[in-house]
Amino acid sequence: MPDPSFVFAQSISGLTAAMFLFLIASGLSLIFGVLRVLNFAHGTFYMLGAYSAYQIVRWLGTGPVSFWIAALGAALAVALLGGIVERFLFQRLYGKEELYQLLFTYALVLILGDVAKIIWGTQQKSISRPPGLTSAVHVLGATIPYYNLFIILLGPAIALGFWFALQRTRAGRFIRAAALDRETLGALGVNVSALYTGVFVLASFLGGLGGALITPMRAIVPGMDTEVIVEAFVVVVIGGLGSFWGTFLGALIYGQVLSFGILFFPRFSIFSIFALMAMVLIIRPWGLLGRPLK
Amino acid sequence: MRRVPWALIVFLAALFVPAAGSRYYTFLANDVIIWALFATSLNLLVGYTGLVSFGHAAYFGIGAYTTGILMKKVGVSFLLAFPTAGIVAALFALVFGFFCVRLTRIYFAMLTLAFAQIVWAICFKWNEVTGGEQGMPEIPYPDFAWVDRVAAFLPFLGGYRTAEHFYFVTLLLVAACLVLLRRIVGSPFGRMLATIRENPERAEFIGVNVRRYELAAFVLAGGFAGLAGGLFGIFNRGVFPDFAYWTKSSEVLIMTLLGGMGAFFGPALGAAVLIWLNQQIVSYTEYWPLVLGTILVVLLFVFPGGIAGAAMALRHRLRRRAARA
Repeated sequence: MPDPSFVFAQSISGLTAAMFLFLIASGLSLIFGVLRVLNFAHGTFYMLGAYSAYQIVRWLGTGPVSFWIAALGAALAVALLGGIVERFLFQRLYGKEELYQLLFTYALVLILGDVAKIIWGTQQKSISRPPGLTSAVHVLGATIPYYNLFIILLGPAIALGFWFALQRTRAGRFIRAAALDRETLGALGVNVSALYTGVFVLASFLGGLGGALITPMRAIVPGMDTEVIVEAFVVVVIGGLGSFWGTFLGALIYGQVLSFGILFFPRFSIFSIFALMAMVLIIRPWGLLGRPLK
Repeated sequence: MRRVPWALIVFLAALFVPAAGSRYYTFLANDVIIWALFATSLNLLVGYTGLVSFGHAAYFGIGAYTTGILMKKVGVSFLLAFPTAGIVAALFALVFGFFCVRLTRIYFAMLTLAFAQIVWAICFKWNEVTGGEQGMPEIPYPDFAWVDRVAAFLPFLGGYRTAEHFYFVTLLLVAACLVLLRRIVGSPFGRMLATIRENPERAEFIGVNVRRYELAAFVLAGGFAGLAGGLFGIFNRGVFPDFAYWTKSSEVLIMTLLGGMGAFFGPALGAAVLIWLNQQIVSYTEYWPLVLGTILVVLLFVFPGGIAGAAMALRHRLRRRAARA
C-alpha cells in the first residue's frame, strides 16, 4: 500500500486535471446539447487559447497581471474565432447529415492546426506561473502548488456560475429550451440562429480559457489539440452528452481514474479510460447523468 | 450506349505499372491499391448501410499487427498470415460490432471510436507483443524465391525486384477482394443493407432483423479492413500504433467522402486522388493538413457527393442537353 500522503497528492493532481477537463468538456457538451453536433475543433480552440495566451504574454512582458490579461484575452480571441466560424460556415451545414457536420469540424482541426504551426512553429512553448501563485502549500505531507489550488477552486466556481446562468437567466432558459425543441422555440419568436451563434461563442470561450490556463502547467505543443479532444469526448460520454453536471462528474471520474491508474497499473491507465467510455456507452449510452435522446 | 468496363481497364493498366513506370510510381500505386481496399471496406458501412464509423482504423491496425506478429515473430508464411489478418479483424469486429449496432447515430460513432482507442491503447502499451510505442519495424516480405524458379519457364515473370513482386501480389489480392465486395453489395444481402440505410423502421416492419444485418456488414467491413491492414504493414515495412489512432479513421472517411459514397468505386477513386495529391504537395510544402482541410471544406460545401457524385451529375446534364439538341 503506498503511503497516504502520496495517495493524497495523487488525488489532488487528478482533481486538477479534472477541472481542466471540465473547462474544456463543458464547452463540448454545451455545443452537443444545443446544436447536436460533436465539435472535433473544440480541442483546436483549446490549443489556440494556449498559443494566444503565450503570444499576449510575450507582448505584455512579465507584469503582475499580464498572465491574467493574457488568459482572458486569449479566451476572447478564441470566442471571436468560434463566432466567425459558426456564422459564416457552420451555419450552412445545419440540417445536413451528421457525417458532414463532423467532417467539417475535422477540417477545422486540420486547417487551424496548421495555421498555428505556421504562426508559432513546432518548438514547444511555455509560460511561467503568474506572480503570487508561484509557491506551494504543504498539506498532509503533500506539496500542492498554489496554482493547482486556484484551478481546483476555479472549476466549481465556473460550474456554479454556469448552472446559475442556465437556470435563472433569460438566455439560459432559451438555451435549455433549444436543447429540448428548437422548432418550437423558433416558432415562439426566439431568434434561434443568433442563439446558436451565442452558444458556439460561449463554448469556444470556455475551450480557449481552458487552453490559456493550462499553459503554466503543460508545454504548448502542436498535437495537444487531437490529444485533448479525445479526452474531452471520454468525459462528456461518461457524464452524458449534453448534460451539464454530468460533464462535471465525468471530469472528476476521468481525473481520478487516470491519476490512480498510473499509480497502480501504469500500463493500463489509457486503456482503462477508453474501456470505461465503452462500458458507459454499452450500459447507459446517454451517460451517467444524461437523458436518453428522443 | 454500352458501358465501359473501367474497373477492368484500370486493373489491366495497373499490371503494367512496374514495367512501364519507375520504382516511385510502383510504390505510389501500391499505396493507392491498399488504401482503395480500406476505403471501400469502410463504404460498405457508411455508404451502403448508413452507419458512420469513427473507428474503422481499429480493424486496419488489427490486421496489420496480426500479419506483422505472425510473419516477424512466429515466422508464419504470408499465405497463412494474410487470411488470418482478415479473420482476426473480423472476429474483433464481431465482438465490438455486437455492442455498436445496438446504438444509433452519434452514439454508434462514439462507441466505434472508443473501441478503436482501446485497440490503439493496447498496441501502444503492450511492449512484449506489439513493440509498444516504437511499433514493429522490419516486417519481412513474403518469400518470393519460388518466382525465380517459375521464371525459368515463364520469362515474363523474371527480372522484378521484391517490392515489385509484392506489388503484383497486392494488386491481385485487392482486385479479388473488390470483386467479392462488389458481389456482396449487389446481392440480395447488399440490397437489404441499402433498405436499412434508407429506412430502418420499415425494414424492421417487414420482418428484417436490422441489427443482425448491420452486424454482418460491420464484420465484413472489419474483415476487409483487416486484409488491407495486413498488406499495408508489409508494404510499409513496419507496423505502428498510429495505424489504429482516431486520426487514421478520419483520414479514410475523408477518402470515402472525396471519391463519393454513392458509387462502388468512389472510395477507391478518393484514395487514389488523395494519395496522389499528397505526394504532389509534400514536395512543395509541409502543410499537407492545411491543404487537406481546405479540400474537405470545398467538398462539403460545393460537392457533397464527392468526385463520383459530381461526375454523375455532369454526365446527367450533358445527356439531357444532348437529348434536347
